[in-house]
Amino acid sequence: MDKRKKGIRTVTTILMLLAGVAFVLPFLWMISASFKPEIDVFKYPIEWIPKHWNVYENYSEVWFGEHPFGIYYWNTVKVSVITTLVSVWISSMAAYGFSHVDFKGKNAMFLLVLMTFMVPSYSIIVPQFMIFRWLRLFDSHLGLILIGSFSALGTFMLRQFFLGIHKDYLEAAKLDGAGHARIFLQITIPLVKPALATYAILRFIWTWNDYANPLIFLRSDRLATIQIGIQKFASESGVYYSLIMAGTVSAILPLLLIFIVGQKQVIEGIAMGGVKG
Amino acid sequence: MDNTITKTAESKRTARVRSATKRRETLSGYLFIGPMFLGLLILTIIPTIITFILSFSDWSFIAGVDKLKFTGFRNFSRLFDDHVFLVSLKNNLYLLLVVPVQLIISLALAVIIDKLVYLKNFFKIIFFLPYISSIVAVSICFQLLFQPSYGPINQFLRSLGVSNPPTWLADIHYALPSVMVIMVWVGIGFCLIVYMAALQSIPKDLYESADIDGAGAWTRFARITFPMVSPTTFFLLVTGFISSFKAFDIIKVLTEGRPAYSTSVVTYYLYTTAFENLKTGYASSMALILFGFVLLITLFQMYGQKKWVNY
Repeated sequence: MDKRKKGIRTVTTILMLLAGVAFVLPFLWMISASFKPEIDVFKYPIEWIPKHWNVYENYSEVWFGEHPFGIYYWNTVKVSVITTLVSVWISSMAAYGFSHVDFKGKNAMFLLVLMTFMVPSYSIIVPQFMIFRWLRLFDSHLGLILIGSFSALGTFMLRQFFLGIHKDYLEAAKLDGAGHARIFLQITIPLVKPALATYAILRFIWTWNDYANPLIFLRSDRLATIQIGIQKFASESGVYYSLIMAGTVSAILPLLLIFIVGQKQVIEGIAMGGVKG
Repeated sequence: MDNTITKTAESKRTARVRSATKRRETLSGYLFIGPMFLGLLILTIIPTIITFILSFSDWSFIAGVDKLKFTGFRNFSRLFDDHVFLVSLKNNLYLLLVVPVQLIISLALAVIIDKLVYLKNFFKIIFFLPYISSIVAVSICFQLLFQPSYGPINQFLRSLGVSNPPTWLADIHYALPSVMVIMVWVGIGFCLIVYMAALQSIPKDLYESADIDGAGAWTRFARITFPMVSPTTFFLLVTGFISSFKAFDIIKVLTEGRPAYSTSVVTYYLYTTAFENLKTGYASSMALILFGFVLLITLFQMYGQKKWVNY
């Protein structure tokens, strides 16, 4: 019986491996195309492992050619890192406020925050765009960072964890004369650190992959993020598909590395948000 | 007598202290939630109100506020005569189909990965890859894969003997289904992860007692697994519906609504109306309808959760 079970397990694992390879075939094709000279890209049968290698030429053309991929990268890193830090900071403050401070109008304000969560972002891009032009935040990284930083989602997610901290902890600190600022920084923050890490990684991924906001709130080429850059590059380099694929690989790679390093946080974060709703 | 006087004095003092701490408490509450609240006020709440107001107006934001003209419900009645809008809305309804397909595939995968394979974590990562990859890069890649004459997909079909393979993204009938296939592919990872977490929270003794009763694999799935994950299914269905209404990136990069608006969606039409044709008022009424749909789904969720979900 046990042997039979092991046999079934081995067979399904092999079948699933095949399914898995089929599933990531588009990525494999993308990577392989980015390594080839242009004429080999659409050769059929597909040369999954290139016969002629053109890696250095393709990637250096993408990185140091006409389109400043270095600048796109730097812009994306800058916007994503700052957005993540600001968002984690503001969200955890609000989460603490909503879970451990008693103040007038708390429930009403929480309800309002809850309601903003239902507003689809595309429903408000036009007024946001107008407000940004009035505040002179249009076409600036600061504007993009602000758009990404204020999301009710972080507040909800982190609030769950702040609520999970036992009141006794905080009461004891209060008796010792600690104010909210100290309790927040020295007691609760260390306790919810794993949740902060999870939210930070998710926010970083979302910001890095964000396409709509930079499309709408940025105009200058020198401010463009990698998502805008890669699309411009793809539509302007015409038929150089090997180069375009080198560009898409470059756009995906950093996140892939972050995901592999932080996969536990990412997967837990997704699962938690999903199961808790 | 003396006693009562000191008592009242004391209680007055404690009352004063209490109200002082209360005030301090309120103040710190506002300080903690202040930044988030202010941001949401300026970036979400006020824009929502403006959208609402502008949707009853005929205006372009480059024209200046004095040119703003209120036209009542005219935008809305125009929208329902607007061929492009109706097609976009219809496409959005088609896109809803993506969600159940995604759920069926990802639940099957989740059950298999949870119980029947080695290398669990590896599989989780593999199926999650499209979800963390940028939709822009993925769309560009699929443009090449679906390329009608020399793209790998059609070359493969031709090698199988299909003499006239469809032109996919260039064909009115195949473009939207192609987009949907890509959307399924992208979204499976998310559903899979959520389902796996749900599967792990099913008590093991349920399966053990089913084993004692001699239940087969299918019965165990139909009688235990499926009902136990029904709250998750419901959650994924609702969030999936909502996010399918927000699909924009993939359309903008992959097809720009072409051919002949066959892949246009409300968000994309809204974007072109607002930022290319500069009709702010008209775009706002579209935005309000989009909001209405999302709200409707949310209400459906609140109502349905109580009624249908089998806890």
